[in-house]
Amino acid sequence: MSEQEILAFDKADAIVDVPTHYCPGCQHGIAHRLAGELLSEMGLTEETLLVTSIGCSVFLYNYLAVDSVEAPHGRAPAVATGVKRARKDRFVLSYQGDGDLASIGMAEIMHIANRGEKVSIIFVNNTVYGMTGGQMAPTTMEGQKTTTSPNGRDPMKEGQAIKMAEIIAQLGGTAYSARVALNNVKNIRKAKKAMKKAFEVQQKGLGFGFIELLATCPTNWRMTPVQANERVESEMIPYFPLGVYKDVTAED
Amino acid sequence: MAKNGEKLFIKGNEAISRGAIAAGLKCYFGYPITPQNDIPEYMSAELPKVGGEFVQAESEVAAANMLIGAAAAGSRCMTSSSSPGVSLKQEAISYLAGSQLPAVIVNMTRGGPGLGDIGPSQGDYFQATKGGGHGDYRTLVLAPGTCQECYDLVIEAFDLAFKYRNPVMILGDAIVGQMKEPVITREIKEHDAAEGTGWRIEGAKDRDHRIIKSLFLTEGSLAEHNLSLQAKYDDMAKNTKQELFETEDAELIVVAYGSIGRIVKSTVRKLRAQGHKVGLFRPITLYPFPSEELNKLAKQGKKFLTIEHNLGQMVEDVRLSIRTVTDSDFFGFMPGNLPTPDDFEEPILKSLGGK
Repeated sequence: MSEQEILAFDKADAIVDVPTHYCPGCQHGIAHRLAGELLSEMGLTEETLLVTSIGCSVFLYNYLAVDSVEAPHGRAPAVATGVKRARKDRFVLSYQGDGDLASIGMAEIMHIANRGEKVSIIFVNNTVYGMTGGQMAPTTMEGQKTTTSPNGRDPMKEGQAIKMAEIIAQLGGTAYSARVALNNVKNIRKAKKAMKKAFEVQQKGLGFGFIELLATCPTNWRMTPVQANERVESEMIPYFPLGVYKDVTAED
Repeated sequence: MAKNGEKLFIKGNEAISRGAIAAGLKCYFGYPITPQNDIPEYMSAELPKVGGEFVQAESEVAAANMLIGAAAAGSRCMTSSSSPGVSLKQEAISYLAGSQLPAVIVNMTRGGPGLGDIGPSQGDYFQATKGGGHGDYRTLVLAPGTCQECYDLVIEAFDLAFKYRNPVMILGDAIVGQMKEPVITREIKEHDAAEGTGWRIEGAKDRDHRIIKSLFLTEGSLAEHNLSLQAKYDDMAKNTKQELFETEDAELIVVAYGSIGRIVKSTVRKLRAQGHKVGLFRPITLYPFPSEELNKLAKQGKKFLTIEHNLGQMVEDVRLSIRTVTDSDFFGFMPGNLPTPDDFEEPILKSLGGK
């Protein structure tokens, strides 16, 4: 280390020191880092059982230094239910993308929330199927061009983008549901606080914790990372409003 | 609850439920479908009393995926369903096999294809023994013919599942599930807290983190994985089990499994009393199939007739087993109807008399 270099902070023990496979400008890395930092700060690294899902985040188990099991596409909430019921003394975390959670896995996410499983799920909404090459997702926005909506999503034929944080908030077993974004430092700080809440409700046994992260996919949006970040602000946040939709710990 | 040696008069479905609890079941995930509803109903009432977890899942898909999670945590876990529901579980069964996770899946079969009916059928033999889900994998398949076997085989299923870290299927049907017989129970197996410590997920403390997965992307790794699975399946093949009844001096051996094997046994008894030299070979393990045992009988010059409650599925395995020596006749009793021992007399006598 030269005299000019200062070690600003240590790597969190829950984060594995390897390069990720993500594209430039992708925000999965930020989401992973926030999750890893929280696990470390909350002393949960050795307690955590992670359920990974199918999509770009499939290799999350290589990036977080916690025991993990891989779920079939969309089934992470069911797998997480099985893990938690078998090990109620452990912290159970899952992480899903929008195709995985809000399309093929819609039944599973609705019912884990409704049962109020003591599980926390991080949901990354980047409005597109990433791993498979940019197809239309349940969260793809009106008019958005993807490889399976080449003329733009037509709400008359394909419906509107699904707003998961609001839906999950309506279910009885949900203890916390919020939507945050990762497009600037201020929002990233807020995201970490919200994720912490979604973790804490599990620790306190209050119910299901859900956090929706608005994130970029510059590759499949055919944008530069900077343009992608601008799109989050100008297009996504107005349609997917940030905020806490349910918090059973909030005081009236 | 269950005491050692206690004799109960119960249905096959209840015998499976009690057997699973005696085997140390910790997590059960179910979904209603006829004719196996007694199992989730029993589990919902009784499993929590012994410290277990019952979840009525949102679907058979979810129930089977809950197995993946509970099995990954090293818990003795089970799901049950009937034919259409078991089709929905195939995705998870493939993942269980690929991820090398132990779990028990009960299929109390009904008629198909599609919605079929709610009566007994053996139409799921291919699905159970040949895969069902995607990929190169094998599931151990045990076929009870009596309520006592329902109880005993589910206990054995858990031991095999953990021995091989592989899904094990109990293939019953609406007959054995719904009929009542005396069953001798056992004490509940003492919980082994260390079971699965070498591979289960439990928290990465003082060791590297552990990953349970079925994805192998780096060059050559999937081939290596499949070859190691194959070596395991070869080892699994040692576990064949069958019932032989009056086969010693038999000229004709009827091959039949499960409830149908049981009914054929009555026919064989009746025909023996009339002086006909017929016997029964009832495979109890359908995978691995008891091929060597059948082949030995074929070499003794026996004739064969396979009887199934379907259009002819197990008969293919019978024919493969004896192909170097002889062939097997086939009689299929159509699902949608319930056979009696009398229904099998004519086909057996025909095979016995024919060349």
